[in-house]
Amino acid sequence: MDKERIIIVKDLVKRFGDFTANDHLNFEVYKGEIFGFLGANGAGKTTAMKILCGLSKPTSGEANIAGLDIYKDTHNIRKIIGYMSQRFSLYEDLTVYENIRFFAGIYGIRGKEFKKKVQKLIEKLNIQNVAHTLVGAIPLGWKQKLAFSIAMFHEPPIVFLDEPTSGVDPHTRRQFWEMIYQAAEEGVTVFVTTHYMDEAEYCDRVSIMDHGKIAALDTPAKLRETAGAVNMNDVFLKLVRPQKAEL
Amino acid sequence: MKQFIGFFRKEFIHIIRDFRSLMILLLMPVIMMLIFGYAINMDIKNAGIAIMDMSGDDMTREISDKILSSGYFELNEVISDQSRVEELFKEGKVKEVLVFEQDFARKYNSEGVAKVQILADASDPNNANMLVNYTNGIIANYLIQKQFSEFLPLQVQSRFRYNENLESVYMFVPGLIALLAMLISTMMTSISITREKENGTMEAILVSPLKPWQIVLGKVAPYAFIALSNLIVILLMGTFVFGVPYRGNLFLLLAVCILFILMALSLGILISTISSNQLMAMIISMVGLLLPTILLSGYIFPIENMPDWLQYISHIFPARYFITALKAVMLKGLGFLYIWKEILIIFGMMMLFLGVSIKKFKIRLA
Amino acid sequence: MFAVEAHNLVKKYKDVQALNSLNFKIEQGEMYGFIGPDGAGKTSLFRILTSLLIPNKGSATVMGHDVVKDYREIRKISGYMPGRFSLYPDLSVEENLQFFASVFKADIQENYHLIKDIYSHIEPFKKRRAGKLSGGMKQKLALSCALIHKPEILFLDEPTTGVDPVSRQEFWEMLGRLQKDGLTIVVSTPYMDEASRCDRIAMIYRGDILAEDTPEAICNMVDGELWSAAGAQGYNLLIFLRSCSECVNVYPFGQEVHFQFHGDHENMQEKVREQFPDVILREIRPSVEDVFLNLSADAAKEKEVLNG
Repeated sequence: MDKERIIIVKDLVKRFGDFTANDHLNFEVYKGEIFGFLGANGAGKTTAMKILCGLSKPTSGEANIAGLDIYKDTHNIRKIIGYMSQRFSLYEDLTVYENIRFFAGIYGIRGKEFKKKVQKLIEKLNIQNVAHTLVGAIPLGWKQKLAFSIAMFHEPPIVFLDEPTSGVDPHTRRQFWEMIYQAAEEGVTVFVTTHYMDEAEYCDRVSIMDHGKIAALDTPAKLRETAGAVNMNDVFLKLVRPQKAEL
Repeated sequence: MKQFIGFFRKEFIHIIRDFRSLMILLLMPVIMMLIFGYAINMDIKNAGIAIMDMSGDDMTREISDKILSSGYFELNEVISDQSRVEELFKEGKVKEVLVFEQDFARKYNSEGVAKVQILADASDPNNANMLVNYTNGIIANYLIQKQFSEFLPLQVQSRFRYNENLESVYMFVPGLIALLAMLISTMMTSISITREKENGTMEAILVSPLKPWQIVLGKVAPYAFIALSNLIVILLMGTFVFGVPYRGNLFLLLAVCILFILMALSLGILISTISSNQLMAMIISMVGLLLPTILLSGYIFPIENMPDWLQYISHIFPARYFITALKAVMLKGLGFLYIWKEILIIFGMMMLFLGVSIKKFKIRLA
Repeated sequence: MFAVEAHNLVKKYKDVQALNSLNFKIEQGEMYGFIGPDGAGKTSLFRILTSLLIPNKGSATVMGHDVVKDYREIRKISGYMPGRFSLYPDLSVEENLQFFASVFKADIQENYHLIKDIYSHIEPFKKRRAGKLSGGMKQKLALSCALIHKPEILFLDEPTTGVDPVSRQEFWEMLGRLQKDGLTIVVSTPYMDEASRCDRIAMIYRGDILAEDTPEAICNMVDGELWSAAGAQGYNLLIFLRSCSECVNVYPFGQEVHFQFHGDHENMQEKVREQFPDVILREIRPSVEDVFLNLSADAAKEKEVLNG
């Protein structure tokens, strides 16, 4: 394969006291793909993502984002990534417009450039009516799209999405995936975590996390094939079932 | 009863498991007692003083001796130049400078008027005021004695009753009990109840057949224990470390304290019924109760010196009555008949808080 | 007598209507599921049924007891597992169980047979603090605590959310055994694929029940045929099908696209092949999620019309 590797992770370990959240993770993410991190709550997905975003230091191991080392270049890494956390990290007491302006400001997008981009964004999301409404008052689905767009506002080549679809209805979930597809179509690498097994099917490749380890990693179709399973839920059951369910 | 014991046990486990908080709760009275007893000593002892004696006669020397032997002052420097005064104050070594004019004794004897100037560092106004008063008093005393001792049998003798040495630690014992009762009983109870709301465990308790009073009592009882143990620590430390005398009936003293703790617990319950989360409970207890307890109960600042409107406000804070009552029992040795009013007010407040809490306690969510 | 009966149940908060006049009946001994996303009203409904909230309008009974008037009775006979983890994280597994037993005046020894199947999984860790358990173990402990007083009916609000599939499967198997022992179980879940575990389900969305029936019957609720298209260029295929005037209800389903169309399927196949030679169309049996998408789209449109 001559695909360009944009994220390289080697033997990544993160411990909290005697608890190992990430146990020797090894994987690579290719440029422009949608890479899924699948697992139950507490499997270590968010921990790994936080390390890759430079929000937390690993206990040991290496990781590289677009050629930048996560120990040394955290500052530069933050410039080239977009991050959307589980809680969306929008200010509910600011308006839609104010939220965009604030986050744009963090990345130094101001003046004419900002005006042009914000105009485009508002049109794209079709939120002209609510641009000056408090974020707290708009529906969940819109908030989510707004959070995603804000994470993408400085046009990062890589975007990390932590459980972006948790708890949303099937419609909104699909609309959200369409936004992810669109971004991937434009060449953005998308790293996404989810606890919905069926959502793995939307990714180009998935890694299944269980108790801090990567239990399997491949395209959804290949995973189904190897496990002889009909869906991802089944894949999980067949891959983890031989082991003990609980530790 | 089994339900209640189960609840009580669970509550105790919470407290013991949170080892750091428990240590803070148990050690706080000891530390506060030591701080208030030793460090924040409001009595003035050995304040630095400089004397500029331009006369240097018997009279000025006698006055100086009186002042320096009073125990309030300690001679820092004898100066001869007025310009040195400013420097000394700036260096912060002296709190007061005494300047006798030239020919002090001669002028006093011939003209009947002699001038002594008292300069004080008023960057700490309370302190300066006290120092000046002390000095004035000493000089006045000296003059009276000098004037009349030969032919007047009158002698002014002042004595401070109940706290002869004006030890402020005596004052801090009642204040500290009030403060800690508020802190532990009120704040901790309100926080521990709201924590269950916040964590969603209240939901699980509410769907059980537990009755509201069982929930409330179960939550409150462990904190009552801690508050009681703190009370005992403070009282013991008071006598054994600081020699605070307990003149009154010990049972009455304990009864007043326990009543106040119960009142504080009811207040904690009340706060928890009106706040939806721990932060809110904490802010209400802190800002609404703890600060007024310190500031408006007569614990640090005498109520008599407050403006009228503030005095009125101070009436709504239970600590005020408690401190009055406790001082009466502890220091004056007065009996129930002298403090029944205070006791009644605290009791009334307790019943009011309990009544409102039971009324407001929700058997459902939201 | 029905285990649960609800008539025109309405719950409003300040500016949101959480439940719009719900009506349903749950048989005794049934496993009944409420399926829907966050904000559908599931938690409000469960809290009303467990007497924790008072409905603004309408009425409901649980085992014949009114949820408002007879709340004491309801609290005795029902076991409730709230959506949020509602155990004490600083208490051990054992202590949590003891606490809930004492609160319900239950005896652990006496009722141990009720929870044995579940509690035996976590018993080896009984000294561990509940906060340190894995998601699946927390769920089992919470279920044990909800069962210890021998309830007649169980209300489980999203018991499997965020739990790994293995634990989820085990959890559903346990519920199945409890049901066999005669317990009525009312459960909610956001996972559409868990619908098949229930005897009957109600699809709930924005405070309305969109449909109520057996999972089998629900799956037949899609009007007309449902087709799936699968190909390498998933996103472009989706855009293309959306642009076709004869296609409706076009939704991505993983790498596939589910859709319906008017007209002949040969023609459709040809039209797609022109653009995407590798794509294969096949008719599929609708899943619960397909039905939900269809019905909720209709419901959303209806609302817009009403509000519009």
